[in-house]
Amino acid sequence: MAEHGSRNIVSTQKKTLRSVLLRWETLLLVLFVAVNVMNASISSNYLNVDNIFTAISTFLVRGFIALPMAYILVLGEIDLSVGSTVALSATLLGLSYNAGLPMGASVLIALFCGMACGLINGLLLTQFQELAPMIVTLGTMTLYRGIAEILLGSQSASNLHQCAWFYELYYAKLGPIPYVFLVFCLLAVVFGFVLHKTLFGRQLYAIGTNRMAAHYAGVPVQRVRFISYALIGLVCGLSAVFYGSWMGTVRSDIATGYELEAISMVVLGGISTAGGKGNFPGTIISIFTVGLLRYGLGLANVNTQTILMIIGAILILMVMLPNVIDTSSAKKARASAAGMQQQVSAPQ
Amino acid sequence: MSEFRLELKNITKVFPGVKALDRVSFQLLPGEIHAIMGENGAGKSTFIKVITGVHQPDEGSVFMDGRKVEFKTPLDAQRHGIAAIYQHVTSYPHLSVAENIFMGHECVKGGLLQWKEMNRRAEELLRPLGVSFSATALMSSLSVAQQQMVEIAKALSMNANIIIMDEPTAALTKSESEELYRITEALRDEGTSIIFISHRLEDMYRLASRVTVFRDAHYIGTFDAATITEPELIKAMVGREIKELFPKPSIVPGEEVLQVEGLSHAGYFKDISLNVRRGEIVGLTGLVGAGRTEVVQTLFGVERYDAGKIFLEGKPVSIKKPQDAMRLGIGLLTEDRQQQGLLLDWGIGRNITLSELKRYAKYGVLSESEENADAKRLAERVDVRAVSIFDACSSLSGGNQQKVVVAKALNSSLKVLIMDKPTKGVDVGAKAAVYEIMGELAEAGLAVIMISSEMPEILGMCDRIFVMCDGRMTGELSRAEATQERILELAMRKHAQPAQGA
Amino acid sequence: MQKTSFDFKALWKRLTASREMTLFLVLALICAFIQARNHSFLTGKTIEDMLKNYSTTITLSLGMMSVLLIGGIDISVASSLAFSGMCASLLMREGVYSSTLVMFLVSIAIGTLCGLLVGSVIAYGQVIPIIATLGLTNIFRGATYLVSDSQWVSAYQFQASFKQFAQTNTLSFGLMNNLIFIALICYAVFFVVMRWTRFGRRIYAVGSNPEAASISGIRIKRIKLVVYTMMGSFSGLVGAMYTALYASAQNDMATGMEMDAIAACVLGGVSLSGGQGSVVGVLLGALTMTVISKALPLIGISQFWQRAIKGLIILLAIIINILAQRALQKNQLKAREI
Repeated sequence: MAEHGSRNIVSTQKKTLRSVLLRWETLLLVLFVAVNVMNASISSNYLNVDNIFTAISTFLVRGFIALPMAYILVLGEIDLSVGSTVALSATLLGLSYNAGLPMGASVLIALFCGMACGLINGLLLTQFQELAPMIVTLGTMTLYRGIAEILLGSQSASNLHQCAWFYELYYAKLGPIPYVFLVFCLLAVVFGFVLHKTLFGRQLYAIGTNRMAAHYAGVPVQRVRFISYALIGLVCGLSAVFYGSWMGTVRSDIATGYELEAISMVVLGGISTAGGKGNFPGTIISIFTVGLLRYGLGLANVNTQTILMIIGAILILMVMLPNVIDTSSAKKARASAAGMQQQVSAPQ
Repeated sequence: MSEFRLELKNITKVFPGVKALDRVSFQLLPGEIHAIMGENGAGKSTFIKVITGVHQPDEGSVFMDGRKVEFKTPLDAQRHGIAAIYQHVTSYPHLSVAENIFMGHECVKGGLLQWKEMNRRAEELLRPLGVSFSATALMSSLSVAQQQMVEIAKALSMNANIIIMDEPTAALTKSESEELYRITEALRDEGTSIIFISHRLEDMYRLASRVTVFRDAHYIGTFDAATITEPELIKAMVGREIKELFPKPSIVPGEEVLQVEGLSHAGYFKDISLNVRRGEIVGLTGLVGAGRTEVVQTLFGVERYDAGKIFLEGKPVSIKKPQDAMRLGIGLLTEDRQQQGLLLDWGIGRNITLSELKRYAKYGVLSESEENADAKRLAERVDVRAVSIFDACSSLSGGNQQKVVVAKALNSSLKVLIMDKPTKGVDVGAKAAVYEIMGELAEAGLAVIMISSEMPEILGMCDRIFVMCDGRMTGELSRAEATQERILELAMRKHAQPAQGA
Repeated sequence: MQKTSFDFKALWKRLTASREMTLFLVLALICAFIQARNHSFLTGKTIEDMLKNYSTTITLSLGMMSVLLIGGIDISVASSLAFSGMCASLLMREGVYSSTLVMFLVSIAIGTLCGLLVGSVIAYGQVIPIIATLGLTNIFRGATYLVSDSQWVSAYQFQASFKQFAQTNTLSFGLMNNLIFIALICYAVFFVVMRWTRFGRRIYAVGSNPEAASISGIRIKRIKLVVYTMMGSFSGLVGAMYTALYASAQNDMATGMEMDAIAACVLGGVSLSGGQGSVVGVLLGALTMTVISKALPLIGISQFWQRAIKGLIILLAIIINILAQRALQKNQLKAREI
């Protein structure tokens, strides 16, 4: 019946498949270029290297969060508590420093707080696997900011710039390139490499595609989830530190909308909220696209609310577009192929 | 006019890239039970969906009582008296039985629902079915068999004169199947026509007067159930003769590899003891609901147990999660290969290597060349019908998907392989391939445990057979002493004494 | 003497048999506790004030219930209510109309349109609800700032009759405060709709098993669209109520109210996966949230604790739900004699 060795199965992938995959990224690059062109036409100051880097640094503070958020979305989950985590970490940073602690310790406290917030999310989600990440992180989003409000009320914790090296964290440059940018690039490379080339990354994709099958295949599902949430918490702490270094003062109502922006950047980058799909380079491109768009709009004197409005609209459009276009043959082919369970002659 | 209650002429249905039905014709007489058989992918499912209005045919016409009809939506078909009972229960777990029955055609007066009336009518419909639950019971509190009864009541509530049943006995015990047979025959006697799809030959022989066979989207023929023989039927379905269905090699079993003593999990099974030796194929059988899958899932670390011991090669082991089991050399091929066994969106290769990723990782970084090499080797070994290891598993047939699952298991160095219903939903051709691999594994020294409900393969492939009933182990039979009757008797034997201190 | 021993276990079982009963008990306990600490709590005036001030959240929770029942979520409601309220207020300020009734109708209409947008994006654009409403909440809020040019509509710019609306009893012919009355009517109507109309039951069906629903011929996309549009109408209504209550329309009004509505529903036993939940439960949950919000200052807890407590309540409620579910399953297993 089965003649071994008579069948030869191909184990190398043709390059043509790659070009299909890159379709989303090329669209993004077009968008990226469009944004830059638009910005340049709004303001003649735009194409100034220093200005651009200054602007980039500003949104990189929150752009950090998009990196681990990509992991969360690949898992097929979501974390809405990131803004509140940043606020709480920043609050603790400010309070510790103003209470007399050395800045080093305060920074560590902020980082630790971020990680703790992530750990709580991770703990809740892995101990109560029946709970959806959406509602748990909605709850912790409210709780964490609530704690920040209890601690700081409506006041601000200032004087952070009094510490010289802390100030340098954000404002120091290597030539024209800010430190922040270098840190970001480093993190981006690490996160991307881990996602695409390592065991952990493959496990993320497996869980996002089919959690049960991954479990049966021996993937440590809960451990991977836990680590992912702790990771994003830690990065929120980092974001809080850079925020403090940037603004010099913190309040309990900062970082609102960070979750929208982080999720938008990741989704815009091609990682689907359904889980198990998407590539990292897209995320990086979209971080800069959204950031520069923000900058450009700011140059045109558009207020924050409107900027968020535009980002919200872009998010929805980017998610909707493939769905709406897809309603034709591609979807039908997949549905019928699954239903028929026959070999589909159409190339995938 | 026409003597046929339902007639389909030259129906063709094409999906992008696939021709699901190719000029298929069919006739259904009033008051007959008509079986439809064929391999997976033969077109049975699509055929049913055309009748029930889910799909519209690209060519051909449908006639009811001689008149041409066109079903644009499932509701159209329902209004013409066609009702379907699907394989996967389509009910609302949070709603009551009565509500499930009447959803879509409720009793309304002045815009308000008449609950009293609906409950009363539901009870009326349920009574002849001999059920023990009330119309106000919550659907989620019912067993699968009971839910199926509700589905039947639902079909009856719509005054259907054609009822379609898709694998109706798949989830039922023997006695529940008998009940279903009785109800089906009663419906036929009242004049209802019934079409049912089943892989089980005994269903077909028991109930049907005629059987229609599909193969590769073509209509092959309609046969008289009383006169067609099994080999003829299989030949019609498969198109070729299957010589040796069960290639069981005779092996002398080696030393004991796995021993289970007194395993219990409250609510699922109690006091289970069994053992397997190297080179043996051991069968674990019983009726649906006996607890077999739960036992093996415990052995694999997916479920926990409350009491008992597991020994591997004589040493006691603790298995808390799948990784533990795999590290010890225990592998599991799950019953539900699509939900638990495979990542359908992934390629064949990546599925095969998933359980052994650590092996390909140096300091966490994966070596794709090694992965691909192993995947290619294993895919060829199980003879998956695919072009490249990057083909998506979702594009494969059921039989080929099962081969990928087997390849995945073979990637690990195993001492024990547990296969839960390995040929369920697999067509006859691929079944033979699975049995062959099973035999080869046993020859290579593996201990194989096979869960199955199909007598032929249990009797054909196993050296020893353990039988379970309602969560308990009721007996062990050797290959020599095993017969269908003895197995069935053990599978239905209930314990005389009450459970001791659950 | 042992003769008069009370069967506490049986009583406890009866009392906790239903989610609603348990909730009622919890609410009663909380009220008792607060009353003990501050005797002015359970007075007519305090209760009326409390219900009046939170009539907005209470009404909003009702709309949220139907969204959660179909297994969705809508976090844009606070923004759409702000947008509706603001638009209606601006029109009133510009003199397009002066009647309170018209103002309410306009606000409801605008809210309905917002809901229609939400529903279209989710049902036809096939964007998952959390993402859709995450984007839309910013869109609506931004739109609020845009139309008002970041300005408020202040009290002195409103009609006297409008300003009085929240303080009078005209609608119920003197029985109760207008806003409380509106909330009550909404609950009464919804109660009937959810239990006695086909539409209401279809909402449960879609949430319970969407696949089965579509096979029975229920148009899932249509139901989703209607539910989100309905939520929008509620937002519009609440937008008008909110503006009337505070006699002003502010750009950042009602921020965070979506969390209150969700908390009320979750407390009330509405399942986030759909198909489960009752109007009575939501009412009790909303009342509990109201009591907690109102009562905290009364027992000396500063308002800065509100948000944290709200978050904690949500988390505890969903965890308790899960624990109860697990206990139920465990009991069902134990009952299965092997």
